[in-house]
Amino acid sequence: MAKEKKSQEIIQRASETGASIASSLAEQSKSIQNPPNFSFKVDEKGLSEHVIREISKSKGEPDWMLQKRLASYKIYKSKPMPNFGPDLSKLNLDDLTNYVRPEGHSTRSWSEVPDDIRKTFDRLGVPAAERDFLAGVSAQYDSEVLYNNIQKELESQGVIFMSMDQALREHEELVKKYFMTTCVPAGDNKFSALHGAVWSGGSFVHVPKGVKIERPLQIYFIMNYPQYGQFEHTIIIAEEGAEVQYIEGCTAPHYSSASLHSAVVEIFAKKDSRVRYTSVQNWSKNVYNLNTKRALVGENATMEWISGTLGSGVTMLYPCSVLQGRGARADHLAIAFAGEGQVKDSGAKVIHQAQDTHSVVVSKSISIGGGHNTYRGLERILPGCKGSSTHVRCDSMILDELSSASTIPSMQIEEKDVSAGHEATVGRISAEQLMYLRSRGISEEEATRLIVAGFIEPVLKALPMEYAVEINRLIEMEIEGM
Amino acid sequence: MPAKTRQRELRISNLRATISKKPILQGVSLSISPGEIHAVMGPNGSGKSTLCHALIGQPDLNVEGKAELDGENLLAMPIEQRAKIGLFLSYQNPVAVPGVNLANYLRTIYNAARAPAPPISIPEFEKVVQKEMTTLRMDESFLERYLNDGFSGGEKKRCETLQMALLQPKYVLLDEIDSGLDVDALRIISKDILRLQKERKFGILLITHYARILQFLKPDKVHVMRAGRIVRSGGHLLADKIEKEGYAQVDGVDA
Repeated sequence: MAKEKKSQEIIQRASETGASIASSLAEQSKSIQNPPNFSFKVDEKGLSEHVIREISKSKGEPDWMLQKRLASYKIYKSKPMPNFGPDLSKLNLDDLTNYVRPEGHSTRSWSEVPDDIRKTFDRLGVPAAERDFLAGVSAQYDSEVLYNNIQKELESQGVIFMSMDQALREHEELVKKYFMTTCVPAGDNKFSALHGAVWSGGSFVHVPKGVKIERPLQIYFIMNYPQYGQFEHTIIIAEEGAEVQYIEGCTAPHYSSASLHSAVVEIFAKKDSRVRYTSVQNWSKNVYNLNTKRALVGENATMEWISGTLGSGVTMLYPCSVLQGRGARADHLAIAFAGEGQVKDSGAKVIHQAQDTHSVVVSKSISIGGGHNTYRGLERILPGCKGSSTHVRCDSMILDELSSASTIPSMQIEEKDVSAGHEATVGRISAEQLMYLRSRGISEEEATRLIVAGFIEPVLKALPMEYAVEINRLIEMEIEGM
Repeated sequence: MPAKTRQRELRISNLRATISKKPILQGVSLSISPGEIHAVMGPNGSGKSTLCHALIGQPDLNVEGKAELDGENLLAMPIEQRAKIGLFLSYQNPVAVPGVNLANYLRTIYNAARAPAPPISIPEFEKVVQKEMTTLRMDESFLERYLNDGFSGGEKKRCETLQMALLQPKYVLLDEIDSGLDVDALRIISKDILRLQKERKFGILLITHYARILQFLKPDKVHVMRAGRIVRSGGHLLADKIEKEGYAQVDGVDA
C-alpha cells in the first residue's frame, strides 16, 4: 500500500516537473543556445573522406579527432555487415548522407507527425513543449534553470557533465584518453566504425575519486542541447570509489525521419565504483537502432545496465560488461517490447576476466501484433577466474498468434571452479492465470494487462517510478489494440 | 418467456460436462438457497471439482443443461460476468501470478465488482481492506506480496477468503479447501468462512473428499457423487455414515 501511495505522489511530481519545465521553456525561449551547428553542401552521394573532413572542420575539432574519424571510416568500408541478427538488407548504406545530415534534428510541421505518435502523446499526457521536441517540431528541448542548478551542484563536487562536443573543447586530454580507445574501439563492428567516422552529440561524464552523486543524471530533462543525435557518443568515467546513475531516453515516442541510429556508449567503472546506466528507447518504427554499449569494470566495482527497449523498427542491442578486476560485478536488466513491424534482437554480453567476478542477467521480452523478439546472450568465463558466477534468466511472452520470440543463449565457461546457470522460458499468457483473474470479475483484457505487468515487474521496479508507470501505460495501449 | 418471480437460489439441473468429448458430469441437479450449505462428497475422479469448474465457466469444458443464479442463466455468460452477478469460486490450488502486487490486484477486483459505480480511491480502499484483514488476522505486509506467489497452503486459503470477503458474493463454491491444510488451519479458515456466511447470508457449495471439514462447516444437505452423478442426498448424518463406512457403503442407494 505504501508503495502505491509513493507511485501516485511521484506521478504527480513528475507531471508537475513537466509543467514547470514547459513554462520555463516559454520564458526562456530567447535564451536557448543553439547547439554547435555545422553544415556542408552535399555534392556527392554516400559518405566520403571529404564529407567526414567537412563534419570535423565545421565542428572545429582537433586534428587527432579528424584522424580518428578517417581511420574509423577506413575500417567501416572494409568491415562486413554483421553475420547474425535481423535482416538489415533494406538499410541503404550507399545513401549515408541522408543519415548524417548535420542538422540532426531537423524541424518539421505537426502535420508530418504520424497519428499514432500524436495519440500516444495524448495518452501519456506529455506537455506541449516536450511534444514539440519529441516530434521534431522544435529543434531542441531546453530546461536551463533546472540544468544550471544541477550543474552548479555537480561542479562543486568536481564532476564533469557536458555534451561530448563541449568536452572535446574543454577537456580534450580526458576525451582523447577514453574516446574509442580501450572500451569500444572503432573496429569492434561495422556500425561502431561508422559511428567513429560520423559521430555527433552525446554526453561526457567524469566523476572524481570518491564522489558519490546521489541524484541520477537524467539527461533528457537536464541537458540543454539535442540529445537525440543519430550517432551520439557517451562516455561515463567513474573514478575509484565513485558512484553515479545515468538515465537517458524517455518513454514518450520519439519521432525521427532519419532511419539509422547508431550510438556508442563507453563506461569506465574503476575500482570500488558503482555505475548504473539506464536507458529507455522509444524511437518511431521507421528507425534502425543499432548500438554498441560496453563497460570496463574494475576491482570490486559494480556495473548495472537497465534498459527498456520499446520503439524502433529493428533494434540490435547487447550491452556488454567486461569484468576486469577481482570482485567485479555486473547486473543486466532488460525489457524488450516488439509490436507490429518490430524486430528486437537484444541481450547481454559478459566477459569474466578475473577471479570472484559475478554477473546476473534478467531479460524479459513481450511480443505482440506480429512483433519478434530474440534474446541473444554471451557469458564467458576465462580460465583462472575461480570463484566466479554467472546467472541468466530470460523470459519471453508471446501475446498472440502473429508474434514470435526466440532465445539464443551462449555460455563459454573455461574454468571449473565457477557457478553458471541459465533459465529460459518462452510462452503465452497462462490460461490458468487468465481463468483465475477473470473468475474474480475482471475482463480478459484487464487480466492480460495485469499478467503482463507482473511479468515485467522484476525489471520495472529497477526503473525510476515515472518511467515504470509510463512503460506500463504504453503496454496497456498495445494490449487494448489487440 | 413470461416473467416469473425470480427464485433466489443457485439452481442446477441436469448439468452435463465433457472435456475433449470425455463425459465428466452426466446430469447433476441440485438447488442451493441463500444461507444454505450443501456439501458434495465423492471419491477422486467422481467429477465433484468439475462441477465447480462448469459453474464458473472453465473454457475447456463443454457444458450442457441448466445453471441459474437467482434466475439468471450462468451458462450463457462469460466467466467475469458470472463473478459479477455473485458467484465466487475458492480454488483448491490458486494459481500464482508473479509480479502482480496483492494490494493492486485486490483494489482492481474490488472496483470491478462495484462497477458501474466509480472506483474508490486508494485511501478509501485501504480502510476497507484493512478492516477485512484485521478480522482475518492477516498482517498488512501481506499486501506487498505477489498474488499467491510463494504462499503457503494456509496463506493461499486465507487470501481466497479475503477476496471472498471483499467481493461479497451471493453463492460461494469451495473446491476442496481442506486440501493441504492441517486440522487447526482448517478449523480457523472454516470459522472465518462461517462468520462471513452468517453476516452475508450467502449460499455455499462445498466440495470435499473427507467428512472432516463438515465438523466445522455443518452442511444443511450432503450429496454423494459418483461417476458424474449424484447417487445419494441426505442430511448431515449421511456424512457421518461416509466417514465411518466409506463411499462403497453408501453407493448404489437411490438419491
